[in-house]
Amino acid sequence: MTEPLLQVRDLRVAYGPVQALRGASLNARAGEVVGIVGESGCGKSTLAAALIGLPAPGATVSGEVRIGGDDLLALPEPARRRLRGERVAMIFQDPMTAFNPVLTLGDQLIDFQHRLAEPRAAKRGRARAMLARVGLPDPDLALHRYVHELSGGMRQRAAIAAALLMRPPLLVADEPTTALDVTMEAQILHLLRELRGEHQGAIVIITHHLGVVGELCDRVYVMYAGEVVEEGTVEEIYHTPRHPYTRALIACDPAHVAQGQGHLPTIPGRVPDLAAPPAGCAFAARCPLASARCATPPPRHRFGPTQVAACYAVAP
Amino acid sequence: MLTYAIKRIGLAVLILITVMLAMYAMVFLVPGDPASLALGPRATPELKAQLIARMGLDQPVWVQVWRFFANALHGNLGYDVWSRRPVLDQILQVFPNTLFLGAVALGWALVLGVALGCAAVVWRGTVVDAVLGILSVSMIAVPPFVIALYLLLIFAVWLGWLPAIGAGTPGDWASQFRAVLLPAFSIGITWVGYLARLVRASMLEVMGANHIRTARAFGLSELRIVTRYALRLAIIPTVAILAVGFGSILSSAVFVETVFSRPGIGTLVTSAVAKRNYPVVMGSVLFMTAFYLVVVTAADLLIARLDPRVRDVFRG
Amino acid sequence: MSSVAEALPASRRSGALHRLMRDRMGAMGAVLVAAFVAMALFAPWLAPYDPLKLDVMHKLMPPSLAHWAGTDQLGRDTLSRLIWGARTALGVAVSSIGLAGAIGIALGLVAGYGPRWLDMALVLVLDSLSSLPMIMFALAVITVLGPGKGTLILVIVLVSIPGYARLIRAQTLTLKNADFVQAERTMGAGPGRILARHILPNVVGPLVIVLSMDVPVVIMLEAGLSYLNLGVKPPEPSWGNILYDGYTSLRSQPALVIAAGVPLVLSTIGFTFLGEGLRDALDPRLKVGPR
Repeated sequence: MTEPLLQVRDLRVAYGPVQALRGASLNARAGEVVGIVGESGCGKSTLAAALIGLPAPGATVSGEVRIGGDDLLALPEPARRRLRGERVAMIFQDPMTAFNPVLTLGDQLIDFQHRLAEPRAAKRGRARAMLARVGLPDPDLALHRYVHELSGGMRQRAAIAAALLMRPPLLVADEPTTALDVTMEAQILHLLRELRGEHQGAIVIITHHLGVVGELCDRVYVMYAGEVVEEGTVEEIYHTPRHPYTRALIACDPAHVAQGQGHLPTIPGRVPDLAAPPAGCAFAARCPLASARCATPPPRHRFGPTQVAACYAVAP
Repeated sequence: MLTYAIKRIGLAVLILITVMLAMYAMVFLVPGDPASLALGPRATPELKAQLIARMGLDQPVWVQVWRFFANALHGNLGYDVWSRRPVLDQILQVFPNTLFLGAVALGWALVLGVALGCAAVVWRGTVVDAVLGILSVSMIAVPPFVIALYLLLIFAVWLGWLPAIGAGTPGDWASQFRAVLLPAFSIGITWVGYLARLVRASMLEVMGANHIRTARAFGLSELRIVTRYALRLAIIPTVAILAVGFGSILSSAVFVETVFSRPGIGTLVTSAVAKRNYPVVMGSVLFMTAFYLVVVTAADLLIARLDPRVRDVFRG
Repeated sequence: MSSVAEALPASRRSGALHRLMRDRMGAMGAVLVAAFVAMALFAPWLAPYDPLKLDVMHKLMPPSLAHWAGTDQLGRDTLSRLIWGARTALGVAVSSIGLAGAIGIALGLVAGYGPRWLDMALVLVLDSLSSLPMIMFALAVITVLGPGKGTLILVIVLVSIPGYARLIRAQTLTLKNADFVQAERTMGAGPGRILARHILPNVVGPLVIVLSMDVPVVIMLEAGLSYLNLGVKPPEPSWGNILYDGYTSLRSQPALVIAAGVPLVLSTIGFTFLGEGLRDALDPRLKVGPR
């Protein structure tokens, strides 16, 4: 087996007393699309920030984030900065605020290629070509536009173009379709699926939307309260979910709810307080299968070569 | 945008009229008439009668007020009680000196203040930031005319490098430039402090924005992010403050011009106040208030030009 | 819960005064201000000489053991005059800012809580006043009334009122519709009771910060106008008067102007530092970021 392109080991991030990530581990190989799902507040955004080596100021971080062998968190800032944009790029959640409002799109796309020792015209040409590739109708005009002059869908396409500009081996997409309406979302998913075929590296898609995962991903990590509770291929997660939380999540997905049922099922109870997380399984308080042993950390059971779930109740 | 501009200008005119009415009211509310106050102990009945006739004080109040406004509209601000020269001539003769002083003071303050503000942001949280913080507060706190006195002592009296008095020879740019250096430095130092703080504060606010995160995610250097991505946005509140701060520049100029015996609006007014030369004081106050209102109004319109978003709001 | 409290940064745990003292800049300001106030209060005991006593035999002396800061053109002891000058500066600052603050509170409460027409009229007047270049307004008033300490205080009061009244008005408008005020009103409380019990205590805090930040500005203005002979009249010792004396003998005895600037610079820096510290400690919302 080849060395994974992205390897995250026991990543812990805390903001003061709040432990947003509590030892998450995951990896992604070249050519693979990996989804990370979970409710809001499960640590997805914190994970996304850590993957590009930009934790929020004041956060305490431990663990490893290896991209192509180098531990992003152990590198000094200048070296870390060199990896960003070159080995890892990010498609941001809200393209309206992700671009600078007083610089044109062209200015920024040229700036993002600052590593290349090429004349400005060549960089502009590459930016133009990439905008055309992601399906912006008039790329020449778009280069002269400010973000607020573009529509939501165009902005998201521009954000994807920006991430692809330097052809980084690792692409991280943080909620790439959340800011869009349903038709736009379908178009962007279509575009991402196309790009998936061309892209040589790994793509990590962070979302709360199971539909997006099903459309695009090969493998999935399910996160809950700052931990990975289950991992597996898309088929395994969808058809044979093991962890009670994954099952609940899939049961609550509007796409899976039977017609005429009349109401959307929800998971009862609340996410635990991450300033004082429980010692054992974080989901125990809301879990229908919970018992006394769940007060201690659950074992990680393997179900076949690719599926792992951290739960006492679902031993294979 | 046009209606906005008309509204702003209308308000400025209204304020100007209120100011002049208030000043007239003040003169007539105070016991004793301007003529005897101006003459002081030298007042003889003949002199007084002469002066009253010359100042039009024998007319009813409303006629005086009306005359003043009518004359002001025709560019006639009255005549000096003593020299009988037109007040507007005197103002226009010295005003370029004050304007030049203010411009040089603001110019160097802007360059250094913005640079220090940026430096504090680039090295935020470090010793550099802390030292700059204390330094800028100190620069704000020190009275400009005390700095002027110390500079006068050191560079003009002791070292003899720069002239101690005057504004240089008319037409001789080199001498005018040498004469403006010390006063401009004294006035500008307060503004270096203000601007450094203001730029730092608004920059830090901008630095928290999503688009800055994008720029970081593409590995741009901190210096480039600060100077290219943040500064343009952070400079907008600075322009607003600069215009309003013109009043405080003028206030410093009144004191500093006197220290350097530099012909200007400040020395003109202070000597007129001491001699209770009403027409000169009233004319100068009207002139400077009008100029100040023009600057503030112009700044508002400039801000609309600097920010493409504001521009579009007005356009739409 | 104790673990949460311990994990919080120390600055968020401790009280306002503690934080103020932690802030080195604020502490430095407090020391300078304390020295200034002590100088002003105990001037008769601290000053080695009578600040008005002439001694023309010893005019324009350089600093010596007998006269630590030298003497002026009339042989008066500069150190004594500077110490008494602190009293003049503090007197002008306290009386003018106190008066302006009181009037500002009254006008602000009336504008914020009173009838709408009165509010609109007051706002127009206050806006016009505050859109004047301050120094021009001050000079116009001095021309009319003639220079002197009384005029100086009046001028400072007049130029300060608009800012204070506008602050109080804005605060009052916000509080007027706050739930606890509405509740009190439904219980039948009259405007007097509401203003005195609920609004006034809540608007005074921010005003105190603004007032404290204005003290150095007033000290500067007093010295500046006295320097121009448009403020405190000689021979009463004022830092501005002493600076002017120093200016006239700049070439013959530079020690005078050097000495005269020191207390002025130190006290304005002291008050500014203290004001910054107070603002950080009492009203963190106004804070622009870590220093």
